[in-house]
Amino acid sequence: MGSSEQDRVWAETQASPEFQDLKRKFRGFAFPLTVAFLAWYFLYVILTAFAREWIATPVIGNINIALVLGLLQFASTFLIMWLYERHSSKNLDAASEKIRDKVDKELAK
Amino acid sequence: MSSSTLSTILFAVFVAFTLVLVFRAGRSTKKSSDFYDGGGSFSGFQNGLAIAGDYMSAASFLGIAGTIALFGYDGFLYSIGFLVAWLVALLLIAEPLRNSGRFTMGDVLAFRMRQRPVRGAAATSTLVVSVFYLMAQMVGAGALVSLLLGITDPGAKSWIIGGVGILMIIYVTVGGMKGTTYVQIVKAFLLMIGAILLTFMVLWTFHFNVSELLGAAAEKSGKHEAFLQPGLKFGKEILDPTSGLVDAGKTLISKLDLISLGMALVLGTAGLPHILIRFYTVPTAKAARKSVNWAIGNIGAFYLMTIALGFGAAALLSRTNLFRGYKADVTGCLIDAKGAPIVDGAAACTHLENVANLSADAKKLLVPIDPSGNVAAPQLAEFLGGGAGTTGGAIMLAVIGAIAFATILAVVAGLTLASSSSFAHDLYANVIKRGNVTQEKEVRVAKISAMVIGAIAIVLAIGAQSMNVAFLVAIAFAIAASGNLPAVLYSLFWKKFNTRGAVWAIYGGLGAALILLVFSPNVSGAETSLLKLSEVGFRFDYFPLANPGLVSIPLGFFFGWLGTVTSNERNTQKYAELEVRSMTGAAIGKAAVH
Repeated sequence: MGSSEQDRVWAETQASPEFQDLKRKFRGFAFPLTVAFLAWYFLYVILTAFAREWIATPVIGNINIALVLGLLQFASTFLIMWLYERHSSKNLDAASEKIRDKVDKELAK
Repeated sequence: MSSSTLSTILFAVFVAFTLVLVFRAGRSTKKSSDFYDGGGSFSGFQNGLAIAGDYMSAASFLGIAGTIALFGYDGFLYSIGFLVAWLVALLLIAEPLRNSGRFTMGDVLAFRMRQRPVRGAAATSTLVVSVFYLMAQMVGAGALVSLLLGITDPGAKSWIIGGVGILMIIYVTVGGMKGTTYVQIVKAFLLMIGAILLTFMVLWTFHFNVSELLGAAAEKSGKHEAFLQPGLKFGKEILDPTSGLVDAGKTLISKLDLISLGMALVLGTAGLPHILIRFYTVPTAKAARKSVNWAIGNIGAFYLMTIALGFGAAALLSRTNLFRGYKADVTGCLIDAKGAPIVDGAAACTHLENVANLSADAKKLLVPIDPSGNVAAPQLAEFLGGGAGTTGGAIMLAVIGAIAFATILAVVAGLTLASSSSFAHDLYANVIKRGNVTQEKEVRVAKISAMVIGAIAIVLAIGAQSMNVAFLVAIAFAIAASGNLPAVLYSLFWKKFNTRGAVWAIYGGLGAALILLVFSPNVSGAETSLLKLSEVGFRFDYFPLANPGLVSIPLGFFFGWLGTVTSNERNTQKYAELEVRSMTGAAIGKAAVH
């Protein structure tokens, strides 16, 4: 298969509704989630820099809001990992493998 | 048996075991491309452990524990940034990178661009980031050598660091990616066991009551509640020396420095070349995702334990021990290399705090000890085992010390592999030889460059400064986030991105980070700078932040955008291929037709 025919396979696949749907499902999930976790992380960093009095408030014993917020960053990281894994295995993996097999078959022609 | 003998034996066992693995891996390496990606045949779980092994460096184990031990809560900020950063890699980078590249970061960056300029830029930034990171690891190695083996003689220390460097060269040149991956897996496993053991012992001491542990640490630190709050190290309130009031301008800068550090930590991971190439060792994007999941699990658990390690060290070790810059006995009297008190004129004992008053002759007898907290974790191990001079203490110190050595060795091997791969594959094969080179020849060049980079690492280590390892790593993260991340993200997701954009993004971000560093207080203007103000008498610290990320990372993105829109080159056709490949894994592992 020549290079121009390969180019045609890539372009046609990219334009196909299945691929556009896969791309939308991936970006629609990963991009907002990235914005959300970065905002949440920077909120935490900004609070540690500028809300010193509030963040120093004790919650239980010697455990203060600063430590609780830090631990929540751990919790949110694990949660997002789980959400993304669930989303990928449910909505992305099968569709992406189907397109891959189709493209590989056409390229092998 | 002394702890240094035991430590040496344990470390020798680790070395022997990993060498067997590496030589076996070397024998089973058939294709020369296996040098780069280990045959791409590791499972998600194996690679997850290897990523954890590659990532949890001396900065994590020694640096963070040390920073928490000295400054309390602020050290924990590193743990959080280093972990959250993995979400960038998970959501945006790991899968598309696995699908569209083969061996190096440059593969993805140059996919739809003109090869030579982009690969040259990618190789440059890979080498710069890796060398900064290597320097950090080697500083950790130097601190450990003094503590564990009781060696303070610079000559003997250099020999040991040289030995470590040679070992690492053997790992990389004989075992390639496969051998190095095995070393990472073994090391990750050992590090987790060591951290769990220490955490358990610390919690046991405090009746599994975290609040009690924190309380004891706060009390012992002498800083009380402030030790458990942010602000002892980063974002400090700075007082005006004449009026004694808060200097609003300087305080704001100090707080911006904290935000800059936070930004570098969270955006740096996904720009580290030695981490990016780990995604090529698995066969599919799905396996790459699974390996990040495993890595996040491991790394997250480890960083949670840094709370116990750091605050445990603060609660249990004496402050003089942690803060000492020179060897002293339990009462704080300075001692010489043989353990005898340093006699200066009439004074039989000079206290640590008065070290500056010693006469020039007496100063020659001082034994310098790492004052930046890098050895807090091994010291904690010695204490938990029963203390200095006891058998239990010696065993614990030896075990944890050997693990820390293994940690450094494994990370250094990973870094050397990443930089030599990039040198051979991007610079030699594609820039110098314009793609006309056999793979055997390319791998031979990679092995030679591994030796050269190893030699550079050894030289850097021997000239290592007493800087905190976690801080040095944070600088490497800032450079990676500025020079690499914008280019990688634009490449994968921005249709218009082109050669000029890629080259400007890399050199612009990298250059901004390096230039700001040179003009930062790290290099001049203070007593803690590389050029001490009192010694050189001049300063050029025009940029006030210690970490350049806050300015240089946005600049990297800006230059990438500017280069792209000012150039007419558009490669819609190749972007179609890249997008389909990166989302689906079609034609995986096959080079693009140029």
